[in-house]
Amino acid sequence: MSQPFRTEKGGRIDRAEELTFTFDGEELHGHAGDTLASALLANGVHLVGRSFKYHRPRGILTAGSEEPNALVGVYRKDDQTPNLRATQVELYDGLKAISQNRFPSLGFDVGAVNDLLSPLFPAGFYYKTFMWPKSFWDRVYEPIIRAAAGLGKPPKNPDHDSYGNLYAHCDVLIAGSGPSGLAAALAAAETGAKVILCDEQAEFGGSLLSESSATIDGKDPAVWVAEAIARLGAMDNVTLLPRTTAFGYFAHNFVALAERVTEHLADPDPRLPRERLWQVRAKEVVIAAGAIERPMVFPENDRPGILLADAGRTYLNRYGVKVGHKVLVATACDSAWQAAFDLADHGVEVVGIIDLRESPPESLVAIAAARGIRVEAGCVITSTLGRKRIKAALLGRLMTSGQVASGGQIECDALLMSGGWTPTVSLFSQSRGKVVWDAEAGAFVPGKSVQKERSTGAANGLYGLQASLADGYAAGEGAARAATGKSATITHSRTSGGEAGSGGTLGALPHDRNASRVKAFVDYQNDVTAKDVKLAVREGMQSIEHIKRYTTTGMATDQGRLSNMNALQIASGALDKPLTDVGLTTFRQPFTPTTFGLFAGVSRGDFFDPVRKTPSHDWVVAKGGLFEDVGQWKRAWYFPENGEDMHAAVERECRTVRKSVGLFDASTLGKIEVVGPDAAEFLERMYTNPWKKLAPGRCRYGLLLNDAGFITDDGVIGRLADDRFHVTTTTGGAPSVFATMEDYLQTEWPDLDVWITSTTDQYAVAAVQGPKAREVIAPFIEGIDLSAEALPHMSVREATFCGVPCRLFRISFTGELGFEINVSRRHGKMMWDTLAGEIAKHDGVAYGTEAMHVLRAEKGYIIIGQDTDGTVTPQDAGMTWAIGKKKFDFVGKRGLERPDLKAENRKQLVGLLTKDPKIKLEEGAQVTTLENPATGTPAEGHVTSSYFSPALDRSIALAIVKNGHALEGKALYVPMPEGSIPVEVTGTVFYDKEGARLDV
Amino acid sequence: MLLIYCPYCEIERAETEFRCGGEAHIARPSDPEKTTDDDWVEFLYMRSNTKGIAAERWRHIHGCGRFFNAVRDTVSDEFLKIYKTGEAKPDLEALAREAGK
Repeated sequence: MSQPFRTEKGGRIDRAEELTFTFDGEELHGHAGDTLASALLANGVHLVGRSFKYHRPRGILTAGSEEPNALVGVYRKDDQTPNLRATQVELYDGLKAISQNRFPSLGFDVGAVNDLLSPLFPAGFYYKTFMWPKSFWDRVYEPIIRAAAGLGKPPKNPDHDSYGNLYAHCDVLIAGSGPSGLAAALAAAETGAKVILCDEQAEFGGSLLSESSATIDGKDPAVWVAEAIARLGAMDNVTLLPRTTAFGYFAHNFVALAERVTEHLADPDPRLPRERLWQVRAKEVVIAAGAIERPMVFPENDRPGILLADAGRTYLNRYGVKVGHKVLVATACDSAWQAAFDLADHGVEVVGIIDLRESPPESLVAIAAARGIRVEAGCVITSTLGRKRIKAALLGRLMTSGQVASGGQIECDALLMSGGWTPTVSLFSQSRGKVVWDAEAGAFVPGKSVQKERSTGAANGLYGLQASLADGYAAGEGAARAATGKSATITHSRTSGGEAGSGGTLGALPHDRNASRVKAFVDYQNDVTAKDVKLAVREGMQSIEHIKRYTTTGMATDQGRLSNMNALQIASGALDKPLTDVGLTTFRQPFTPTTFGLFAGVSRGDFFDPVRKTPSHDWVVAKGGLFEDVGQWKRAWYFPENGEDMHAAVERECRTVRKSVGLFDASTLGKIEVVGPDAAEFLERMYTNPWKKLAPGRCRYGLLLNDAGFITDDGVIGRLADDRFHVTTTTGGAPSVFATMEDYLQTEWPDLDVWITSTTDQYAVAAVQGPKAREVIAPFIEGIDLSAEALPHMSVREATFCGVPCRLFRISFTGELGFEINVSRRHGKMMWDTLAGEIAKHDGVAYGTEAMHVLRAEKGYIIIGQDTDGTVTPQDAGMTWAIGKKKFDFVGKRGLERPDLKAENRKQLVGLLTKDPKIKLEEGAQVTTLENPATGTPAEGHVTSSYFSPALDRSIALAIVKNGHALEGKALYVPMPEGSIPVEVTGTVFYDKEGARLDV
Repeated sequence: MLLIYCPYCEIERAETEFRCGGEAHIARPSDPEKTTDDDWVEFLYMRSNTKGIAAERWRHIHGCGRFFNAVRDTVSDEFLKIYKTGEAKPDLEALAREAGK
């Protein structure tokens, strides 16, 4: 099939294997070994997308992962993955790709009107425009901007693919396999060191794969690469990872690699992951990331058909593709000349080499003359013509006055440009090293290492084939020696050709046009022009970090690898400060865009977070009960019967508990076993209450503070023996209470002879609450007397339940006669099923967390974290009774003495009763003294708990209110959108204030 | 991710096994009653928040469970010294000099 821009011969593609693919529905052909970008270019397709802001037609600019324009969507499994760089998408048969950010089509895009309206979209446009009215934020600005700007559309379906994850350790990790990376790998591997060599491209070799004018050991560089890879591949101590990007360099030489496993295959093995995350801990890292070419900043430097010179050379030599038939080359450095020569040697008409420099090297000029190529020195491009493909360029001649004189027009169908080279310091920068300015290289290069890494070759600002190889050998050898102490000598290869060139430019180039009307792009992907950067400076941005955020230059997916240096130079000029004083923005992870799937790995769906189930779980499911998520726990919420709604079900559960009996799964409560001769002393110091005199067999409510004096947790603690306590904590607080106890025990009181053990998961707990609770449990409990006299409220005993050992607490979180039975977790289901069967005989119910909350609120029992918020003291909560006043010390005692904690007007816990008993307050609602306070009036407090109380047949609420304890009986208001609700301040206990129901 | 040496297990393990416990060598006053408000606030809240060489507490929470102390360069994350709870605070300046900081 016709591929009009394919060369006759050459390149690394397999000409025998033709592949069919579609782009925006059009069927096209390429070869195995092509990228989508090279295959499109072979078909003469340059226009591949519309720009982010102005919707300008854009073409392929580069041949690498820094590509800013050629972002495409690729279909697979009935969905599409957006924003893939066509330069990295390997071609396979049947590949289906689409262009992005255009409507209705790539050729005719209505969004292109933005380009004409561009004076309305200057730098900082978002900050200037989307300020008012506020109501426009989410209804007008955001939807319109989201639709008009932006890149690809997100996939419709959940990700079908799986992602792998593995950890690896090595002596030397080498990122990049160009000349210096390969040399480093060869040198390190020879010492026997464990080596990982990764490269983001499909093939190892980097620039060597498109090098036509040099030889290594007398061979074509690509042949030398193949031999080197074969040698490395045969060594057991070497892992070769192609298609693998080192995207993150973290602390302690921890480097994250993204391996693309199946994306390049037409029909991948479904058992394979799409990508694999390698988490590598390397003793030494060699960064051989190379350098990338800089675009030249001249007006209309973004037309399709304009590419970087080295990309043009790569497409030609590596992929057998001519970027055009009439190619113009604009450059400020030597390397682009070789691209012109290579093209000419393949029969492409090179219509000119435009060099910014007054006198380019004579050797190059001579080679151009021998090939009959027109050379214009001391010239720049001042304009380009052609909308969807470049047609011609206008020449400008630099005058000694600094002015630019018109130099005529040159017809062309492609333009290759080179502003020089920028070392890729991203990984070095991520390793927290600071770059330094190398005046000779005209670039920032890695400075002092912070971690165990070294940059080599072009990444270090070093050019030329011989020098890169030599530097690579030294880096590999040095890294291996540092990691393992071993060294080896290997024969260094000899090169011919591939000398380092010189030249390069930074910043915007001069032209003879009206500066306010031209667009010379600095950051292609974000549509940032030279004049945007200057405008940002005029509008007061001084730091490069501010200029970056104001203009969005360098915030594209290449993180400014293409744009930073030009933007910096423009800012430096506008600020009239040396470039090195303006500073470089920080490169961050990831080096290239990385999928969320890679990070998530298997932690999706059921594996996202562990689910903790209680022993009654299956029973609750069978009964049609609903669950509430409490941390990782699934707790029964309520049990609707006969089509009841939540309100009806909860009301029935509450009434039944107070009338007969209820069964509640309390297994989630945190439990800590505190054992040892100093156990009582330890609790004495941890909790506010006194513990030393608590008799074995008795329980006490414990209140835990932090050393600032604020309530952090609570729970009932039972003393089983002189040296053994069973501590309970809140469900959510269990891990932190345990950690806090360990902290004090290990670091403050190592003298105490105490052991603490988390037993939360060791016990299943069933709470049986209600007047008939004793009758319900009696048939199953053996070994103790359950009578009120023998087992009063707040007691604990060891007994058996259906023959298995249990700890029986007589405690209550409902205000009714209550027991909590702890059995070994494996007997939990037996206990639950036994009790569930028994309560049915006593007209009882199983109840969930919602009824539990109502029942405890009726009694004024607080929930830590709901009725307290980390600023509530025991005094604030009305719980001074829980403080052991005679104690020498406990955690929080001194904190409570601080003036602020004893001050007047602290917010205190009170009850609130609405004047209208039918109105239930909203939890979180503000409480005020005035019925209709003016906007901005500070609230006196807020509602913390609010329920309808079946026992009182009215609504009840708890609230934190300023000076609340003194306001009992006073009227306050809860203003709501529907009107202010009058309330009366009360005590916190609403039901059975004397506690008579507990004492039976 | 940091690589941390546990002085009790005598082995290096990944950071995910540990939890940082904040600045080290801040002792809870032994007689809180006699501690002034200012000194108590100092103990509760004031931390040096060092950019550079700092001693901090770590707990091998998913390993042996023990607390220990470590001197870390908070800029580079490099550990300069790891020692058991109860051992004296090392001379941070001397450690920094040794490490060429």
